Amino acid sequence: MSDSKLMKGNEALAEAAIRAGCDGYFGYPITPQSEVLEYLAEEGRQRGMVVLQVESELAAINMVYGAAGAGKRAMTSSSSPGISLMQEGLSYIASAELPCLVVNVNRGGPGLGTIQPSQGDYFQSTKGGGHGDYRLIVLAPASVQEMADFVYDGFDLADAYRNPVMILADGALGQMMEAVSFKTYDPKERVPEKKWATTGKTPDRERNIVTSLFIQPEKMEEINKRLQAKYKVIQEREVKYQLTTTDDAEIVLVAYGLAARICARAAELARHRGIKAGVVRPITLYPYPYDVIRQLCGHARRFLVVEMNAGQMVEDVRLAVEGRVPVEFYGRMGGMIPPPEDILEQIIRYSENQPGGAAPAERAEVHEIMER
Amino acid sequence: MENMTAQRESMESVWTKPETLTDTRMHYCPGCGHGAVHKVLMEVVDEMNIQSETIGVAPVGCSVFAYHYMNVDMQEAAHGRAAAVATGIKRVLPEKIVFSYQGDGDLAAIGTGETIHAANRGENILVIFINNAIYGMTGGQMAPTTLLGMKTTTTPEGRTTETQGFPLKITDLIAMLPGAYYVTRQAVHTPNAIRSLKKAFLNAFRYQQARKGYCLIEVVSNCPSGWKMTPVDANKWMEKNMFPLYPLGDLKAEGKLVERKQP
Amino acid sequence: MASVHGSVEIQVETCKGCELCVEACPQDSLKLSKEINKLGYHYAVLIQDNCTGCTNCALVCPDAVITVYRESKGKTASASKRKEPVAVISNVKSNVKVVLDDVPKGKVSI
Repeated sequence: MSDSKLMKGNEALAEAAIRAGCDGYFGYPITPQSEVLEYLAEEGRQRGMVVLQVESELAAINMVYGAAGAGKRAMTSSSSPGISLMQEGLSYIASAELPCLVVNVNRGGPGLGTIQPSQGDYFQSTKGGGHGDYRLIVLAPASVQEMADFVYDGFDLADAYRNPVMILADGALGQMMEAVSFKTYDPKERVPEKKWATTGKTPDRERNIVTSLFIQPEKMEEINKRLQAKYKVIQEREVKYQLTTTDDAEIVLVAYGLAARICARAAELARHRGIKAGVVRPITLYPYPYDVIRQLCGHARRFLVVEMNAGQMVEDVRLAVEGRVPVEFYGRMGGMIPPPEDILEQIIRYSENQPGGAAPAERAEVHEIMER
Repeated sequence: MENMTAQRESMESVWTKPETLTDTRMHYCPGCGHGAVHKVLMEVVDEMNIQSETIGVAPVGCSVFAYHYMNVDMQEAAHGRAAAVATGIKRVLPEKIVFSYQGDGDLAAIGTGETIHAANRGENILVIFINNAIYGMTGGQMAPTTLLGMKTTTTPEGRTTETQGFPLKITDLIAMLPGAYYVTRQAVHTPNAIRSLKKAFLNAFRYQQARKGYCLIEVVSNCPSGWKMTPVDANKWMEKNMFPLYPLGDLKAEGKLVERKQP
Repeated sequence: MASVHGSVEIQVETCKGCELCVEACPQDSLKLSKEINKLGYHYAVLIQDNCTGCTNCALVCPDAVITVYRESKGKTASASKRKEPVAVISNVKSNVKVVLDDVPKGKVSI
């Protein structure tokens, strides 16, 4: 374990990529994650990595496809609008069963949006985004340390399952500075042999073809069944989450990433007031921790889902709860970050059986809009 | 008849199908240039003995199944992205011989950005560009290289500049980029054209081995189905109508533009 | 007249009858048969005995169905006389009957 340093989230992620044995990084600048590309352009290149600033996110994801198909650890990063451009590529990568790591430093949207952090890409990341029946394994860091740690995990998962992995961060995590230390990790020991890769057909084997085209429907269904079987295994084995004071919690907050940190603080403040609050923080957004949420229905009186979007992950919580317990939602959009006090207000209202609602500053605005 | 077979026994074969061309029957329409290009490409791979180092990228288009016919490692790219996929492969496996094989829609419509930037970066790859001025696989729509006045399913009255602009001479654009080392236009309609194409492939692969930079070989080809002609007539039409706009020969050799008479 | 003697072998079932070889043959020795193969194409056949093994046909063939033979130097080349047209089909996998327009009457001595 190396000494800890103070680093920006984006830079910690980039440093971890070098240490995790990433062979090729192909990226395009976009705020708030350009530092990943810049750090790698300097540090990564010096330490033997192929780092290329390319002409667009379209080019980037297709270069990742090529490099991954050639058997190397390949990666790219972008932010919401750029990730939208990559959706076709991700569908191809998933269908061709190639491993790769993609980082989305989520910013406010939709459209060109803002450069401030948001969680508006949850649906895009977990439910598809690209066409067809495929899934990304999605990891949601909530600290600069996790921005680094999840890179190793991401590559390992990608190689193990031959599936694209996404790290869903946000603009705040990318920009903030915290202490981070990098674990001991030897890529040579961790990267599996890739017999399927296109490295040049030697006489001892048949040619390898990396493709997502299976034009006979019977074959395409077979491929789909294979993918689904793979996802089932991933769902059984790879769910990861963190619980904070949920054992006796009557009001359970569910949030990921930055929102989860804010909720943890809000729950702490609630506990000071004698409210039994707890937090479930999904770490893997796919596969989603439905089971643990289902189990908490035993003693929870209410769920409060907090997101920096209009309500996306709340649907997964509702799926898990299946109507047994009320599920409330509180969200801020467009790059606004809710302070812990606002969440606390929601907790208090719900525990007093009062309806929750928009943030205090907004309520006046909404009223005005309704009056027009 | 028996005498003929007996006579053949005293002969040696002087031309056989290349080893690296698989036995799978090619799905291309009768007389289509794709088959001839595949054949010459694999002949060169055989002669240079580079099968175990060659990695190809197939496009979306009629040749989407190119990997069924070429016994080398291949990747299937998304439409237009073959140059980017080839870049990804070449950058992480710089010792391998990497080529992309693309049609006019793949390279000059949806893939224009990737095409130009791969050339501009001087990517050490070979891009093979089959130009038949039409979209074959999807049923005969207009391509960026479709000639003015040419009838296609989306230009039923013939292409006009008012609605559809001009034929895009993408190869000429690429030749102007300093990153492009060898840019040439070839064909496969006569035995001499085939021989010339073979030389072009040999050159391009040798340049790649010597790390000279980006090579582009455009093959002006026919599309009997799309053009609604017999293969023999299609080739005659091609000579008469396509060659004036897309003249054969080197546009760039050894990194320098070649002096040409403007068509 | 001494000339190089050659021959071609055409894979009947893979030929698509595109006629590019017919066009390319300098000896006018190739034509499409009247019969069709399993895919319904009239396949190319050698109709004369004056093939020189120049490989033009094989070079232009988009489907690589032609193998070309040529007498190697040093071997005695049989005198190439102008012959009556005969049909030569090789590698026929199916039961194919060839019909020609002008068939010489009686035995042909080669």
